[in-house]
Amino acid sequence: MHEFSVAQNIVGIVTESFMDSGAKKIITVEIDVGSLSGVITDALEFALDSAKQGSPLENAVVKINNIQALAVCSRCHKKFELTDFFSVCAYCSSVSYEIVKGKELKVKSIEVE
Amino acid sequence: MCDTCGCGSTDAGYTISKPGENTHQHHSYGEVHGHTHEHNSQHHHHEHPHEKARTINIEQDVMQKNNLLASRNRGYLDAKNILALNLVSSPGSGKTTILEKTITALSDHQFFVIEGDQQTLNDANRINETGAKVVQVNTGSGCHLDAGMVYNAIKKLNPESGSILMIENVGNLVCPAMFDLGETKRVVIISVTEGDDKPMKYPYMFESSDLCIINKTDLLPYVDFDIEKCKSYALRLNPNLGFIELSAKTGEGMGRWFDWCVSQNK
Repeated sequence: MHEFSVAQNIVGIVTESFMDSGAKKIITVEIDVGSLSGVITDALEFALDSAKQGSPLENAVVKINNIQALAVCSRCHKKFELTDFFSVCAYCSSVSYEIVKGKELKVKSIEVE
Repeated sequence: MCDTCGCGSTDAGYTISKPGENTHQHHSYGEVHGHTHEHNSQHHHHEHPHEKARTINIEQDVMQKNNLLASRNRGYLDAKNILALNLVSSPGSGKTTILEKTITALSDHQFFVIEGDQQTLNDANRINETGAKVVQVNTGSGCHLDAGMVYNAIKKLNPESGSILMIENVGNLVCPAMFDLGETKRVVIISVTEGDDKPMKYPYMFESSDLCIINKTDLLPYVDFDIEKCKSYALRLNPNLGFIELSAKTGEGMGRWFDWCVSQNK
């Protein structure tokens, strides 16, 4: 359960950008979480509720975008959605592919005023 | 117990100590990547009747701070030609025993060891008996080592050029996978008393490792562990993963592991 460390990092990154912006308050925080990022969205939301207390994010709405993992098959070169690391190509059942999306774990943007 | 359910606040300290040391040094994250935010008078806030919400694009990786510190560690270790191995596994897979035997067997090589555990100096004391220099990082409620802890531990340990730095991570197959420490290679250890489906259950660790040691092979006749099945699961995740089967207790297969360490320590 590393989601609390992740939540603390998010609070740190957002606080820094907010301080630099000179804005008065944070309205929303948008986070991208890939389905293969190793982070469970529910656990992250839970951890953020606690980690943001006493920070400028305290009253901000946190929006988590779940990013579906995508891979490109090394055999048929088609793009397909991955459910986990053991998925096979949806078109030719190959197990050889490159994951092109779904490992994201980033603070995308904040809305301030 | 881990960060989430523990009592650790954002500046909760972890401790780094050498065997026999009475006083613990407390390091907080602030010491490593602390910074201040300076604001000049041009940034003062003022009321404006038409103040509107605006969006600031950040696009920053959440792990960026850890990854930057890991790069710093990696650069330092590279420059000093130090081979750093991050040993990860479940608790009880035999990491410390493998380390003890390795340090004793490869007496021509100089070893430095960073031990990671939530509590106690037990593992550091065991390594200290081998004569290798060791520091213990006690993560308190933390469930993994991070690059900042390793940075401070390296400063305290001061490993010599050309040596081998062994980093024994906290026994946990989940959380340490996300944290790059700046290691040269990541070695995942699994023992045959665990299930052969461990790679399927904990894919991130096997996906991010370079070598997989399968330990306690002397117990194979007594357990249902299927080595080939375990390997095939792990290879599905990571086609480049190497394997060494051994028994740290009987010494069987340990030679291949020693050869691997020496071949990496160029």
